[in-house]
Amino acid sequence: MFDILTEKLQRTFKTLKGEAKLTENNVDFAMREIRLALLEADVNFKVVKDFIDRVRAKCLGTEVMTALSPAQQVISFVRDELIATLGDAEARLIFSKNPPSVFLVVGLQGSGKTTSVGKIARWMMKNGHRPLLLSVDVYRPAAREQLSVIAHDVDAKIFPGEGMDQPLALAKAALREASLSGYDVLLIDTAGRLHIDDELMQELSTLKQQLKPSEILFVADAMTGQDAVKSAHEFHERLGISGVILTKLDGDARGGAALSIRAVTGQPIKFVGVGEKPDALELFYPDRMVSRLLGMGDVLSLIEKAQETFDLKQAQKLEEKLRKDEFSLEDFRDQLRQMRKLGPLDKILGMLPQIGAMKDLQKANIDEKQLIHTEAIINSMTPRERRNHQIINGQRRKRIARGSGTTVNQVNQLLKQYAQMRKMMKSMAGSLAGGRMPRHLERFLPRQ
Amino acid sequence: MRPYVESCMILPFTKDKAVEDKKSGFFSKLRAAVTKTRDVLNTPIESIFTFKKEIDKSTLEELEMALIGADIGPATTAHIVEKIRDQASRQQLTEVGQVKALIRNELLAILQGENSRPVVMQQKPHVIIIVGVNGVGKTTTIGKLANKFKNDGLSVKVCAADTFRAAAIEQLEIWGQRAGVEIIRQKHGTDPSAVVFDALQSARAAQSDVVIVDTAGRLHTKHNLMSELEKMKRVASREVPGAPHEVLLIIDAVTGQNGVQQAREFTKAAAVTGIVLTKLDGTAKGGVVVAIAKELNIPIQYVGVGEKIDDLIPFNAEEFVDSLFD
Repeated sequence: MFDILTEKLQRTFKTLKGEAKLTENNVDFAMREIRLALLEADVNFKVVKDFIDRVRAKCLGTEVMTALSPAQQVISFVRDELIATLGDAEARLIFSKNPPSVFLVVGLQGSGKTTSVGKIARWMMKNGHRPLLLSVDVYRPAAREQLSVIAHDVDAKIFPGEGMDQPLALAKAALREASLSGYDVLLIDTAGRLHIDDELMQELSTLKQQLKPSEILFVADAMTGQDAVKSAHEFHERLGISGVILTKLDGDARGGAALSIRAVTGQPIKFVGVGEKPDALELFYPDRMVSRLLGMGDVLSLIEKAQETFDLKQAQKLEEKLRKDEFSLEDFRDQLRQMRKLGPLDKILGMLPQIGAMKDLQKANIDEKQLIHTEAIINSMTPRERRNHQIINGQRRKRIARGSGTTVNQVNQLLKQYAQMRKMMKSMAGSLAGGRMPRHLERFLPRQ
Repeated sequence: MRPYVESCMILPFTKDKAVEDKKSGFFSKLRAAVTKTRDVLNTPIESIFTFKKEIDKSTLEELEMALIGADIGPATTAHIVEKIRDQASRQQLTEVGQVKALIRNELLAILQGENSRPVVMQQKPHVIIIVGVNGVGKTTTIGKLANKFKNDGLSVKVCAADTFRAAAIEQLEIWGQRAGVEIIRQKHGTDPSAVVFDALQSARAAQSDVVIVDTAGRLHTKHNLMSELEKMKRVASREVPGAPHEVLLIIDAVTGQNGVQQAREFTKAAAVTGIVLTKLDGTAKGGVVVAIAKELNIPIQYVGVGEKIDDLIPFNAEEFVDSLFD
């Protein structure tokens, strides 16, 4: 259902072939696709608009790098700008110089505060801290029981506060207990609330004034839509949040809220939640988020790698060969080698978006050895055989199989694949422009 | 039909007296929420209509943004805007007021699809399974639903089949006390299908009218958890032929376009029959249900507008569409 952005852009630029520069015209086309991708990912529409304006300004008039197609060039601008917006350094938690540090965890109902508190407690203990947990959610039925259970699961201490039902009183008592018993962090789970609920927002302000927390972490659901800007803005305005935890990223939401929240609060995303288990908490990596936002897998890193690996001259030579139908087994071997320079196959596949035909490819459990076999088979051919595969008769096949430690069957298979490929590539050759990463490379991947 | 059937019809779209009353309830509650938020809310569509008289390109663009801002999504929005552009260019549409009417009709047509008929309880017990991703308000909605059915004079049992989340059963117990209904529960960690089995046995023995099944929140991408739902459905249909009679998917109003994917996957695994849109008392518009209704033709049955036990009201498409314009 969702086309890959690069493919769309590729198509967009195909209609504008031959333009070496990014012009107002073709940039507009590209921006429309980017805009749609971001809106589809639930980035707030105003945030999208600002973003697009910035990228457009960057794109206009830029010379396209020789190793990149215009589409890839645009994508790389988009990526840079997205990373700049999301914050490029990994954010650390801030602890107070005079322990115990107070951490307030706040957010809307159902965003995952209580689960996150359990995960953070576990993370802190692994990193040498001694947190005391406290729930001041005196409203939701069984909320405090929920945190007790979670605390027990991760072996963290919780302040029970039995018989108390005032958030501030609870917090003060817990803080006293934390100081007395040598806890260095008081980690407070608060009740979920709407950002427009004045009374409950006031309650948080009071907690902030009285406790002087070193961190106020805003927990946001990765599935949040356009409203993310309003809630995040309001929480930030009233409390001054110091960081964000983005939860439920183990789903397939594209997580546009990350960009929206960052844009309206300026505060870094410190953790992401990736599951229901206590250890399903990860540090935030902007580059991964970027790929997700654009629905591209890690195509970006792939482009980057391809940029380094693929040699422009070689690509042009290849194109010419394709056009003249001279693509030999030798060239095939070169391609295989180039591709292997990109890294292990499963890693390359992991970088591709999990959609459509590629999804099946991922599942196909590809055997790295097969590539090695393929190369070995070609290596065992004579140069003449490599240049003209038609002379490879039964006798030669037997010899090649022996030489490469494979079977005649495997040799047959390879030759068949090669013949098919040649046919296919001939039909594609017309559309191949020089300098582009050879997209047909995907077809070289053996399937099982 | 037995007499209890009359009193428990779910009639989100009909217009008799009782529903008119409910409608004003919907209206006043939404109003109250909106008034509370007036300064936070920006009102994009209205402002277009007050400042501009004639339709031009930028009007349509602003319109598009307003619909997207309500989480209706770029695809559905494009569909609607295209229709308007079409009519405007054929000169059928010259005033902005007409545009508003057209959008309104378009949205209503999507929301009042053929499936949006009232659900009639024909069997005893009428089994309702509640599903959804984590944190959308399943347990709260069940408390409210149980209360509503109880007030309608029905005997209700609630099945605590969320045996996974910490303190989920305790949370449901408290709602059970508030609504005055019995909770059928087992230990934390029990196979949820076993709890469903128990609850249905008990409901049959007690001749209960309705059984509401709470399930653990699960992301629709978790294959094994989705299979678990299928199993619960199978067990239910074995115990009570025709069960579950309803599968309600809970969607949080703040959800963006992922809501469509949620609806797709839950429909695939559990044949969702209706949607409950929760947390509509915030600033989120919940427009993703429009995209869901358009693609999957699933009717919205109720909306949740607060944390109190009576903060659940039947969905009214017209009120909902108007609230998108507010």
